[in-house]
Amino acid sequence: MIEIVSADRCIACDICVKVCPANVFDPVRQKPPVIARQSDCQTCYLCEIYCPTDALYVAPCAEGPTGITEAEVEAAGLFGSYARALGWRRGKPGGSDKDPTFRIRVAPR
Amino acid sequence: MPTLRQQVHRLRGAEVLDLVADVLVIGGGPAASWAALTATEAGARVVVVDKGYLGTSGATAPSNTGTWFVPPGAEREAAIARRQLLNGGLAVPRWIDRTLDMAWQRLHTLADWGYKFPNDDSGKPYLNNLRGPDYMAFMRRRVLRAGVAILDHHPALELLTDSGVIAGAAGIDRQRNRPWRVRAGAVVLATGGCAFGERMLGATGLTGDGYLMAVEAGATLSGMEFSAQYACAPRQSSLNKGMPFSWASFFREDGTRLDTANKDRHVVVARALLEGPVWAQYDKGIPELRLWLRQGQPNCFLPYDRTGVDPFTQRFPVTLRCEGTVRGVGGIKLTGDDCSTGIPALYAAGDAASRERMTGAITGGGGPNSSWAIASGVWAGRAAAKFAAREARRIRDRRVTGIGRAGLRPALSARPDASAGDILETVREEFLPLGRNFFRGGATLRQSLDRLDRTWAELRDHLPGEGLAAVKSREAAALTATSRWAYASALARAESRGMQRRLDLPATDPEFVCSFEVSGLDRIDVTRSEIPGAVAQ
Repeated sequence: MIEIVSADRCIACDICVKVCPANVFDPVRQKPPVIARQSDCQTCYLCEIYCPTDALYVAPCAEGPTGITEAEVEAAGLFGSYARALGWRRGKPGGSDKDPTFRIRVAPR
Repeated sequence: MPTLRQQVHRLRGAEVLDLVADVLVIGGGPAASWAALTATEAGARVVVVDKGYLGTSGATAPSNTGTWFVPPGAEREAAIARRQLLNGGLAVPRWIDRTLDMAWQRLHTLADWGYKFPNDDSGKPYLNNLRGPDYMAFMRRRVLRAGVAILDHHPALELLTDSGVIAGAAGIDRQRNRPWRVRAGAVVLATGGCAFGERMLGATGLTGDGYLMAVEAGATLSGMEFSAQYACAPRQSSLNKGMPFSWASFFREDGTRLDTANKDRHVVVARALLEGPVWAQYDKGIPELRLWLRQGQPNCFLPYDRTGVDPFTQRFPVTLRCEGTVRGVGGIKLTGDDCSTGIPALYAAGDAASRERMTGAITGGGGPNSSWAIASGVWAGRAAAKFAAREARRIRDRRVTGIGRAGLRPALSARPDASAGDILETVREEFLPLGRNFFRGGATLRQSLDRLDRTWAELRDHLPGEGLAAVKSREAAALTATSRWAYASALARAESRGMQRRLDLPATDPEFVCSFEVSGLDRIDVTRSEIPGAVAQ
């Protein structure tokens, strides 16, 4: 589930408020959005890749919050890690032309 | 005349957002996008309303999906013949062929528009795969460029009718807490399937809303018994993505290996999970595969990378996630090639529509459903535009009535203690467990139906649906209704076939090369129908 909105990284653009398909965030004027409906999060990780400053962290546990801290995420280098793996940058798409899935489909099983 | 987007802007301070359009598309995934684009191409003025955000909504956006992309001619005939051996004899070759044909055309269109497909080793664009986040971000830009008004976070709560003809829909803007109404000459339901409250990326919000709206309008569903598709996922994760598991070994708690050779691994894993925890490890496959999987399916590795597990060298606990009718089959029965539903001005596309004619009794997960979303979206959008063109002048003057009931307008007194959250838990308890849905039996089906029927009667009579709370109330009503339609159909199909696994009736019975159609809200009617054009095996 979504667990962290980093106040240090967030620029209060509210893109996550707009793009979250489960409407998890509420905007706060000139401040980072708040996670208002955490239990509605479907752990899709898409808010992370749309965030232009890699300020969001979704923990992989879909059943409930884990309590991971911003310092732990920062130390493990996990902010923006999914966006980097896809090739998205600053919240914009990229990298689909480098997807090697066509090799996986013909790999011996 | 101001464009629809200008109208939306002008009405930003109004108490109700009230619009008139030719075509209203409900949903925010690929089928909705293709329907909106095609209706616009045909000259219609189109509004899309979605519960979430067109670009991230639905099962495709967070996924990496194959497409069913087969050239016409001998190769296609062979693909159809192969599929016919697997699909339980319920699919119709003509429907597979026309789905493949339209997907073939439109995937080329997508490449022409500039979607960045990868090149294969021969340097040709590889159109057999779409990366969900990129594909849906691309489709959003296309839809906006076409002039469509997209209303994100505007869940539809009910359809509007005028003397039996669908005339639009109404709902609420859940971020501004403002009601909306769109009167339209035709409506396309592209609301996705139903995952019965499972916690799974892209699917938790798929609650069967379109099925409920369609049945309230008098439509019929078909193939709802084929709603027992499950996928392996790391335990507690949302990642129901099967591809890496093709190279996995599975183990019981005591370390003994499960025998999945030449078997459906889901059945083997499901049996073992009923007895205790199951572990997996991606220990098969050639060495290069590790890098390809990491680069090609990066979301699949988030659960491991974020908890410090190396799935290639370490074992990790797994579960099965219920994919309901998302990667199952059932949905709104289509009555014509144009995705009509038998209700004037109402069309269905994508997973909201039954995929039985294309995929039979087995999953269309991945490629087939993704190609179906494109093809059915195109057909529905085109037909809706054509229907609306005949109505164009009359739309604004129509006297429309909202036809939503359960979860919106309680039949008796609203009870504030009636809780949509409790209803969701009930549906989860009855529909998600392997021992109830994956493996079915007459007795457990009847027991679940009893409880779900009581839940339905309660919510129909007493669940309040005021303001923003209506969104969850309607979802609760749709989930309850959908689980009843699925289990009633599962009881009627007194055999096992494809993903319907009846422990009490394990054989496939040639008498059941047929469809089961289901309709009704308080009283559920299941009727058997023959499948014209089906080729029995």
